[in-house]
Amino acid sequence: MTARESARCLGISLEELEDWQCCGAVFPLATDAIINLASPFRTLASAHQAGADLVTLCSGCLNVLRRTNKLVAADAEIRKKLEDFVEMKYAGERKVFHLLEVLRDETGFDQLQKKVVHPLDDVTVAPYYGCLLLRPAEDMAFDHPDKPVIMGEFLRALGAKPVSYPFQTECCGSYLSVSSVDSTRQAASAVLKSAQAAGAQWLVTSCPTCLYNLELAAESLDEPPRLVYFTQLLAHALGVDAYLEENGALAKNVMPEVN
Amino acid sequence: MKLSRDKLKSSFLQKVAEMSGEDIASCYQCGKCSAGCPLEAAMGILPHRALRLLQLGCEEEALNFDAVWLCASCHTCESRCPRGCDLSRVMEALRMIRLRGGQSPVHPQEVDEEILQRAPQQAIVSCYRKNIS
Repeated sequence: MTARESARCLGISLEELEDWQCCGAVFPLATDAIINLASPFRTLASAHQAGADLVTLCSGCLNVLRRTNKLVAADAEIRKKLEDFVEMKYAGERKVFHLLEVLRDETGFDQLQKKVVHPLDDVTVAPYYGCLLLRPAEDMAFDHPDKPVIMGEFLRALGAKPVSYPFQTECCGSYLSVSSVDSTRQAASAVLKSAQAAGAQWLVTSCPTCLYNLELAAESLDEPPRLVYFTQLLAHALGVDAYLEENGALAKNVMPEVN
Repeated sequence: MKLSRDKLKSSFLQKVAEMSGEDIASCYQCGKCSAGCPLEAAMGILPHRALRLLQLGCEEEALNFDAVWLCASCHTCESRCPRGCDLSRVMEALRMIRLRGGQSPVHPQEVDEEILQRAPQQAIVSCYRKNIS
Protein backbone atom coordinates (compact mmCIF):
# COMPACT_ATOMS: atom_id res chain seq x y z
CA MET A 1 0.00 0.00 0.00
CA THR A 2 2.89 2.34 0.84
CA ALA A 3 4.42 1.61 -2.55
CA ARG A 4 1.14 1.83 -4.44
CA GLU A 5 0.33 5.24 -3.00
CA SER A 6 3.86 6.48 -3.65
CA ALA A 7 3.76 5.15 -7.22
CA ARG A 8 0.40 6.83 -7.82
CA CYS A 9 1.94 10.07 -6.64
CA LEU A 10 4.65 9.62 -9.29
CA GLY A 11 2.18 8.78 -12.05
CA ILE A 12 3.02 5.06 -12.18
CA SER A 13 0.02 2.78 -12.05
CA LEU A 14 0.68 -0.46 -10.17
CA GLU A 15 -2.05 -3.11 -10.43
CA GLU A 16 -1.99 -5.96 -7.95
CA LEU A 17 -1.97 -9.28 -9.77
CA GLU A 18 -5.31 -10.92 -9.04
CA ASP A 19 -4.19 -14.47 -8.39
CA TRP A 20 -0.62 -13.96 -7.25
CA GLN A 21 0.93 -16.54 -5.02
CA CYS A 22 4.12 -16.82 -3.00
CA CYS A 23 7.17 -17.21 -5.27
CA GLY A 24 8.57 -19.86 -2.94
CA ALA A 25 11.04 -17.41 -1.36
CA VAL A 26 14.16 -19.25 -2.60
CA PHE A 27 15.20 -20.11 -6.14
CA PRO A 28 15.73 -23.89 -6.36
CA LEU A 29 19.41 -24.56 -7.08
CA ALA A 30 19.24 -28.29 -7.80
CA THR A 31 18.88 -28.92 -11.51
CA ASP A 32 16.14 -31.51 -10.96
CA ALA A 33 13.99 -29.52 -8.49
CA ILE A 34 11.59 -28.38 -11.19
CA ILE A 35 8.42 -28.56 -9.10
CA ASN A 36 9.69 -25.62 -7.00
CA LEU A 37 9.59 -23.49 -10.14
CA ALA A 38 5.86 -24.05 -10.61
CA SER A 39 4.85 -21.26 -8.26
CA PRO A 40 6.98 -18.44 -9.73
CA PHE A 41 6.15 -19.76 -13.23
CA ARG A 42 2.44 -19.45 -12.50
CA THR A 43 2.85 -15.87 -11.28
CA LEU A 44 4.84 -14.97 -14.40
CA ALA A 45 2.26 -16.62 -16.66
CA SER A 46 -0.56 -14.78 -14.85
CA ALA A 47 1.16 -11.45 -15.42
CA HIS A 48 1.56 -12.39 -19.09
CA GLN A 49 -2.15 -13.20 -19.35
CA ALA A 50 -2.94 -9.85 -17.75
CA GLY A 51 -0.71 -8.25 -20.41
CA ALA A 52 1.77 -6.69 -18.03
CA ASP A 53 5.33 -6.82 -16.78
CA LEU A 54 5.90 -7.60 -13.09
CA VAL A 55 7.17 -5.22 -10.43
CA THR A 56 8.31 -6.48 -7.03
CA LEU A 57 9.02 -4.61 -3.81
CA CYS A 58 11.11 -7.40 -2.36
CA SER A 59 14.63 -8.49 -3.26
CA GLY A 60 13.72 -12.15 -2.69
CA CYS A 61 10.74 -12.10 -5.06
CA LEU A 62 12.86 -10.31 -7.66
CA ASN A 63 15.57 -12.94 -7.35
CA VAL A 64 13.21 -15.92 -7.72
CA LEU A 65 11.02 -14.44 -10.45
CA ARG A 66 13.84 -13.02 -12.55
CA ARG A 67 15.87 -16.23 -12.44
CA THR A 68 12.80 -18.35 -13.23
CA ASN A 69 11.97 -16.03 -16.11
CA LYS A 70 15.46 -16.39 -17.55
CA LEU A 71 15.40 -20.15 -17.14
CA VAL A 72 12.05 -20.74 -18.87
CA ALA A 73 13.11 -18.48 -21.75
CA ALA A 74 16.33 -20.48 -22.23
CA ASP A 75 15.35 -24.07 -21.44
CA ALA A 76 12.59 -25.51 -23.62
CA GLU A 77 12.46 -28.83 -21.77
CA ILE A 78 11.87 -27.25 -18.35
CA ARG A 79 9.40 -24.81 -19.89
CA LYS A 80 7.36 -27.63 -21.41
CA LYS A 81 7.21 -29.48 -18.09
CA LEU A 82 6.05 -26.36 -16.27
CA GLU A 83 3.50 -25.48 -18.92
CA ASP A 84 2.01 -28.97 -18.75
CA PHE A 85 1.93 -28.99 -14.97
CA VAL A 86 0.58 -25.48 -14.42
CA GLU A 87 -1.60 -25.63 -17.56
CA MET A 88 -0.58 -22.17 -18.71
CA LYS A 89 1.58 -21.11 -21.66
CA TYR A 90 4.55 -18.89 -20.96
CA ALA A 91 8.01 -18.59 -22.51
CA GLY A 92 9.62 -15.66 -20.71
CA GLU A 93 7.97 -12.89 -22.74
CA ARG A 94 7.57 -10.52 -19.77
CA LYS A 95 10.10 -8.63 -17.74
CA VAL A 96 10.48 -8.58 -13.96
CA PHE A 97 11.50 -5.32 -12.29
CA HIS A 98 12.27 -4.15 -8.81
CA LEU A 99 10.48 -0.92 -7.91
CA LEU A 100 13.87 0.80 -7.56
CA GLU A 101 14.57 0.00 -11.22
CA VAL A 102 11.21 1.45 -12.23
CA LEU A 103 11.96 4.62 -10.28
CA ARG A 104 15.35 4.89 -11.97
CA ASP A 105 14.38 3.96 -15.53
CA GLU A 106 10.73 4.99 -15.88
CA THR A 107 10.34 7.92 -13.50
CA GLY A 108 14.00 8.96 -13.39
CA PHE A 109 15.68 9.92 -10.12
CA ASP A 110 15.86 13.57 -11.23
CA GLN A 111 12.07 13.62 -11.68
CA LEU A 112 11.61 11.83 -8.35
CA GLN A 113 13.69 14.54 -6.70
CA LYS A 114 11.31 17.19 -8.04
CA LYS A 115 8.33 15.44 -6.41
CA VAL A 116 9.88 15.27 -2.96
CA VAL A 117 7.97 17.39 -0.44
CA HIS A 118 9.70 16.23 2.75
CA PRO A 119 13.38 15.88 1.87
CA LEU A 120 15.34 13.72 4.30
CA ASP A 121 17.54 16.70 5.01
CA ASP A 122 21.03 15.29 5.09
CA VAL A 123 20.22 12.22 7.19
CA THR A 124 23.10 9.79 6.69
CA VAL A 125 21.67 6.52 5.39
CA ALA A 126 23.47 3.26 4.68
CA PRO A 127 22.12 1.54 1.56
CA TYR A 128 22.00 -2.19 2.25
CA TYR A 129 21.83 -4.41 -0.85
CA GLY A 130 22.59 -7.81 0.65
CA CYS A 131 22.64 -10.80 -1.69
CA LEU A 132 19.41 -11.25 -3.53
CA LEU A 133 19.36 -8.07 -5.62
CA LEU A 134 22.85 -8.67 -6.96
CA ARG A 135 23.75 -12.35 -7.03
CA PRO A 136 24.20 -14.36 -9.15
CA ALA A 137 25.30 -11.32 -11.16
CA GLU A 138 24.81 -13.07 -14.48
CA ASP A 139 21.14 -13.83 -13.75
CA MET A 140 20.22 -10.68 -11.85
CA ALA A 141 22.04 -8.03 -13.96
CA PHE A 142 20.68 -5.55 -11.43
CA ASP A 143 23.63 -3.24 -10.85
CA HIS A 144 27.40 -3.48 -10.47
CA PRO A 145 27.76 -6.70 -8.42
CA ASP A 146 30.41 -5.31 -6.03
CA LYS A 147 29.86 -1.56 -6.22
CA PRO A 148 26.13 -1.03 -6.73
CA VAL A 149 24.89 2.57 -6.91
CA ILE A 150 21.11 2.44 -7.40
CA MET A 151 20.11 2.76 -3.73
CA GLY A 152 22.61 5.55 -3.16
CA GLU A 153 21.15 7.48 -6.09
CA PHE A 154 17.65 6.81 -4.80
CA LEU A 155 18.61 8.14 -1.34
CA ARG A 156 20.22 11.22 -2.85
CA ALA A 157 17.04 11.94 -4.80
CA LEU A 158 15.14 11.91 -1.48
CA GLY A 159 17.58 14.40 0.01
CA ALA A 160 19.45 11.92 2.22
CA LYS A 161 23.19 11.43 2.35
CA PRO A 162 24.14 7.86 1.40
CA VAL A 163 27.19 6.51 3.19
CA SER A 164 29.64 4.07 1.68
CA TYR A 165 30.63 1.07 3.81
CA PRO A 166 32.30 -2.26 3.09
CA PHE A 167 29.47 -4.61 4.15
CA GLN A 168 26.73 -3.25 1.89
CA THR A 169 26.64 -6.40 -0.26
CA GLU A 170 27.33 -8.94 2.50
CA CYS A 171 24.76 -11.54 3.51
CA CYS A 172 22.67 -10.90 6.67
CA GLY A 173 22.25 -14.61 7.42
CA SER A 174 19.02 -15.03 5.48
CA TYR A 175 16.62 -17.80 6.62
CA LEU A 176 19.06 -18.99 9.26
CA SER A 177 17.22 -16.60 11.58
CA VAL A 178 14.62 -19.37 11.80
CA SER A 179 16.95 -22.37 12.07
CA SER A 180 20.17 -20.97 13.57
CA VAL A 181 19.54 -17.63 15.26
CA ASP A 182 23.08 -17.11 16.56
CA SER A 183 24.64 -17.47 13.12
CA THR A 184 22.26 -14.89 11.72
CA ARG A 185 22.88 -12.51 14.59
CA GLN A 186 26.61 -12.73 13.92
CA ALA A 187 26.30 -12.06 10.18
CA ALA A 188 23.75 -9.26 10.60
CA SER A 189 25.75 -7.61 13.42
CA ALA A 190 28.76 -7.38 11.12
CA VAL A 191 26.63 -5.48 8.60
CA LEU A 192 25.25 -3.09 11.22
CA LYS A 193 28.64 -2.43 12.79
CA SER A 194 30.11 -1.67 9.39
CA ALA A 195 27.31 0.83 8.66
CA GLN A 196 27.67 2.30 12.14
CA ALA A 197 31.42 2.78 11.70
CA ALA A 198 30.73 4.68 8.48
CA GLY A 199 28.51 7.09 10.43
CA ALA A 200 25.10 5.88 9.25
CA GLN A 201 22.13 7.18 11.26
CA TRP A 202 19.76 4.96 9.33
CA LEU A 203 20.04 1.83 7.22
CA VAL A 204 17.69 1.08 4.32
CA THR A 205 16.86 -2.33 2.89
CA SER A 206 14.48 -3.79 0.30
CA CYS A 207 14.07 -7.28 1.75
CA PRO A 208 11.78 -8.23 4.66
CA THR A 209 14.12 -11.01 5.84
CA CYS A 210 17.12 -8.66 5.88
CA LEU A 211 15.03 -6.17 7.85
CA TYR A 212 14.04 -8.81 10.39
CA ASN A 213 17.59 -10.17 10.78
CA LEU A 214 19.03 -6.70 11.20
CA GLU A 215 16.36 -5.91 13.81
CA LEU A 216 17.44 -9.04 15.71
CA ALA A 217 21.09 -8.00 15.59
CA ALA A 218 20.29 -4.38 16.51
CA GLU A 219 18.88 -5.56 19.85
CA SER A 220 22.36 -6.28 21.16
CA LEU A 221 24.13 -3.17 19.82
CA ASP A 222 24.53 0.28 21.34
CA GLU A 223 22.77 2.93 19.29
CA PRO A 224 22.48 0.90 16.08
CA PRO A 225 21.36 2.64 12.89
CA ARG A 226 17.58 2.90 12.63
CA LEU A 227 16.21 0.39 10.19
CA VAL A 228 13.77 1.30 7.42
CA TYR A 229 12.28 -0.26 4.32
CA PHE A 230 12.92 1.71 1.15
CA THR A 231 9.20 2.23 0.49
CA GLN A 232 8.82 3.89 3.90
CA LEU A 233 11.44 6.47 2.98
CA LEU A 234 9.78 6.97 -0.39
CA ALA A 235 6.33 7.46 1.10
CA HIS A 236 7.66 9.87 3.68
CA ALA A 237 9.61 11.94 1.20
CA LEU A 238 6.65 12.14 -1.17
CA GLY A 239 4.37 13.19 1.67
CA VAL A 240 1.94 10.30 1.37
CA ASP A 241 2.70 8.90 4.83
CA ALA A 242 0.01 10.94 6.59
CA TYR A 243 -2.57 9.27 4.36
CA LEU A 244 -0.99 5.88 4.99
CA GLU A 245 -0.90 6.27 8.75
CA GLU A 246 -4.63 6.99 8.74
CA ASN A 247 -5.13 3.74 6.84
CA GLY A 248 -2.90 1.70 9.10
CA ALA A 249 -0.31 0.84 6.48
CA LEU A 250 2.60 2.05 8.57
CA ALA A 251 1.37 0.55 11.83
CA LYS A 252 4.04 -2.17 12.09
CA ASN A 253 7.16 -0.34 11.03
CA VAL A 254 6.89 3.26 12.04
CA MET A 255 9.10 5.66 10.16
CA PRO A 256 11.72 7.18 12.46
CA GLU A 257 11.45 10.90 13.18
CA VAL A 258 13.45 13.03 10.78
CA ASN A 259 15.63 15.29 12.89
CA MET B 1 40.91 -41.89 5.28
CA LYS B 2 41.24 -44.46 2.53
CA LEU B 3 41.48 -43.18 -1.03
CA SER B 4 40.90 -45.29 -4.10
CA ARG B 5 40.23 -44.89 -7.78
CA ASP B 6 36.94 -46.75 -7.47
CA LYS B 7 35.60 -44.07 -5.16
CA LEU B 8 35.97 -41.54 -7.95
CA LYS B 9 33.64 -43.52 -10.17
CA SER B 10 30.83 -43.70 -7.63
CA SER B 11 27.22 -43.00 -8.56
CA PHE B 12 27.10 -40.60 -5.61
CA LEU B 13 29.66 -38.27 -7.23
CA GLN B 14 27.80 -38.47 -10.50
CA LYS B 15 24.59 -37.56 -8.71
CA VAL B 16 26.19 -34.50 -7.05
CA ALA B 17 27.58 -33.38 -10.40
CA GLU B 18 24.22 -33.79 -12.12
CA MET B 19 22.14 -32.17 -9.39
CA SER B 20 24.47 -29.22 -8.97
CA GLY B 21 25.36 -28.86 -12.65
CA GLU B 22 28.89 -27.99 -11.49
CA ASP B 23 32.28 -29.38 -12.46
CA ILE B 24 33.70 -30.37 -9.08
CA ALA B 25 37.08 -31.32 -10.52
CA SER B 26 37.58 -27.72 -11.69
CA CYS B 27 38.20 -26.48 -8.12
CA TYR B 28 41.90 -25.89 -7.40
CA GLN B 29 41.42 -25.19 -3.69
CA CYS B 30 42.35 -21.51 -3.63
CA GLY B 31 39.95 -21.00 -0.71
CA LYS B 32 38.39 -17.75 -1.91
CA CYS B 33 34.94 -19.23 -1.25
CA SER B 34 35.81 -19.92 2.37
CA ALA B 35 37.45 -16.49 2.78
CA GLY B 36 34.29 -14.74 1.61
CA CYS B 37 31.69 -16.97 3.30
CA PRO B 38 29.66 -14.93 5.83
CA LEU B 39 28.84 -18.06 7.86
CA GLU B 40 32.32 -19.61 7.71
CA ALA B 41 32.96 -19.01 11.43
CA ALA B 42 30.03 -21.25 12.37
CA MET B 43 30.74 -23.97 9.83
CA GLY B 44 33.50 -25.89 11.58
CA ILE B 45 35.00 -27.25 8.38
CA LEU B 46 35.78 -24.60 5.79
CA PRO B 47 33.47 -24.74 2.77
CA HIS B 48 36.22 -25.34 0.18
CA ARG B 49 37.09 -28.53 2.04
CA ALA B 50 33.65 -29.91 1.23
CA LEU B 51 34.62 -29.68 -2.43
CA ARG B 52 37.95 -31.38 -1.68
CA LEU B 53 36.14 -34.26 0.01
CA LEU B 54 34.04 -34.66 -3.12
CA GLN B 55 37.10 -34.51 -5.36
CA LEU B 56 38.58 -37.38 -3.35
CA GLY B 57 35.34 -39.32 -3.60
CA CYS B 58 34.71 -39.33 0.16
CA GLU B 59 30.97 -39.92 0.14
CA GLU B 60 30.49 -40.56 3.83
CA GLU B 61 32.46 -37.51 4.95
CA ALA B 62 30.73 -35.28 2.39
CA LEU B 63 27.34 -36.47 3.58
CA ASN B 64 28.29 -35.78 7.18
CA PHE B 65 29.28 -32.23 6.37
CA ASP B 66 26.68 -30.49 8.55
CA ALA B 67 27.73 -27.03 7.46
CA VAL B 68 25.47 -27.52 4.43
CA TRP B 69 22.59 -26.51 6.73
CA LEU B 70 24.40 -23.23 7.49
CA CYS B 71 24.88 -22.28 3.85
CA ALA B 72 22.50 -19.37 3.22
CA SER B 73 22.75 -19.63 -0.60
CA CYS B 74 24.04 -16.05 -0.68
CA HIS B 75 26.22 -16.85 -3.72
CA THR B 76 29.20 -14.88 -2.37
CA CYS B 77 31.39 -17.94 -3.04
CA GLU B 78 30.10 -18.22 -6.60
CA SER B 79 30.76 -14.54 -7.26
CA ARG B 80 34.42 -14.91 -6.20
CA CYS B 81 35.32 -18.30 -7.65
CA PRO B 82 38.07 -17.97 -10.27
CA ARG B 83 37.11 -21.40 -11.68
CA GLY B 84 33.42 -20.70 -12.19
CA CYS B 85 32.36 -23.47 -9.83
CA ASP B 86 29.19 -22.49 -7.94
CA LEU B 87 29.63 -23.91 -4.45
CA SER B 88 26.08 -22.78 -3.51
CA ARG B 89 24.77 -25.33 -6.00
CA VAL B 90 27.07 -28.06 -4.71
CA MET B 91 25.82 -27.34 -1.17
CA GLU B 92 22.24 -27.53 -2.45
CA ALA B 93 22.91 -30.92 -4.06
CA LEU B 94 24.33 -32.28 -0.78
CA ARG B 95 21.32 -30.90 1.10
CA MET B 96 18.85 -32.35 -1.37
CA ILE B 97 20.44 -35.81 -1.26
CA ARG B 98 20.08 -35.79 2.53
CA LEU B 99 16.57 -34.33 2.50
CA ARG B 100 15.43 -36.89 -0.05
CA GLY B 101 17.00 -39.57 2.11
CA GLY B 102 14.66 -38.53 4.91
CA GLN B 103 16.96 -36.30 6.98
CA SER B 104 15.49 -32.95 8.06
CA PRO B 105 17.43 -30.70 10.42
CA VAL B 106 14.39 -28.51 11.08
CA HIS B 107 11.09 -29.75 12.49
CA PRO B 108 8.24 -27.24 12.24
CA GLN B 109 6.73 -28.28 15.58
CA GLU B 110 10.04 -27.52 17.33
CA VAL B 111 10.56 -24.01 15.94
CA ASP B 112 10.32 -21.39 18.67
CA GLU B 113 6.82 -19.87 18.82
CA GLU B 114 8.28 -16.38 19.20
CA ILE B 115 10.25 -16.77 15.96
CA LEU B 116 7.12 -17.89 14.12
CA GLN B 117 5.26 -14.85 15.44
CA ARG B 118 7.97 -12.33 14.62
CA ALA B 119 9.75 -13.56 11.51
CA PRO B 120 8.44 -12.54 8.09
CA GLN B 121 6.75 -15.30 6.06
CA GLN B 122 9.60 -15.08 3.57
CA ALA B 123 12.14 -16.23 6.19
CA ILE B 124 9.93 -19.08 7.39
CA VAL B 125 9.06 -20.32 3.89
CA SER B 126 12.67 -20.21 2.72
CA CYS B 127 13.94 -21.96 5.86
CA TYR B 128 11.39 -24.75 5.46
CA ARG B 129 12.17 -25.12 1.76
CA LYS B 130 15.87 -25.55 2.49
CA ASN B 131 15.60 -27.72 5.59
CA ILE B 132 12.53 -29.94 5.43
CA SER B 133 12.14 -33.00 3.24
